[in-house]
Amino acid sequence: MSSVPLSWWLVVATGLFCLGLYVVLSRKSAIAILMGLELLLNAVNINLVAFWRYSTPQEIGGQIFAIFVIVIAAAEAAVALAIIIAAYRQRQTIEVEDFDTMQY
Amino acid sequence: MVVEQIIFIIISIITLGGGFGVAVTRNLYYAALYLIMALAGMAGFFVLLGAGFLAAVQVVIYIGAIAVLILFTIMLSRRLMTATEPQANAQWWLGGIVATLLFVVLVAVVTRVDWPIAEAEPAADTIVQLGVSFLGSYLIPFEVVSILLLVALVGGVILAREVDKE
Repeated sequence: MSSVPLSWWLVVATGLFCLGLYVVLSRKSAIAILMGLELLLNAVNINLVAFWRYSTPQEIGGQIFAIFVIVIAAAEAAVALAIIIAAYRQRQTIEVEDFDTMQY
Repeated sequence: MVVEQIIFIIISIITLGGGFGVAVTRNLYYAALYLIMALAGMAGFFVLLGAGFLAAVQVVIYIGAIAVLILFTIMLSRRLMTATEPQANAQWWLGGIVATLLFVVLVAVVTRVDWPIAEAEPAADTIVQLGVSFLGSYLIPFEVVSILLLVALVGGVILAREVDKE
């Protein structure tokens, strides 16, 4: 058995999740918010793989779930960055406070 | 203390330090580099948990693709590479309170629950298990996610292309 108890892994994942949440809630730049979102998804991945390792090591479902989370995060980051580039071209700013009208 | 616990603490300092750097730094480019540090720490976590393939996937996809894409976007919005005005919006203190409160509550819950721990060790060939599952019991999500990647690829190209002004 591993000498690192499961609760340590969950506390680290919670810490990363709350750091990502703080970044999403309190930064002005859209790219910084996206970075916080990646931290959130990574914290979820730690949780998934830690529970796979400690609770169901014989089934592979936990790792598969984590791989799907990584793939979907990649697709979402690509589309979000494309939107940010398009919005920057229109408005010359990427601070989310400046996008306050529905019609340019 | 066992060696494994020391390694765990070192890697968690790296990862949480990277996350803290993303939260605190004013320079957007440095925030992206701190994010890369956090993602590298995550790969170390996966190795420690015995998921070696996942660690390689993390490095190649998260650091090699997503973080590099973020760096490209930062460089494409070029004015922001030198801007150092405060990056926190007006409600940053509220975000800090909410995040701290959530952390306290979740840690209190997580350390008190009696998690069901299985005594078994993982199989030695998790890569074989992954391959068999992707083409076996998880075939439909696998195909759906490849269609999702195609849609994201085409959509990203269309959204970010230069529009000719006639």
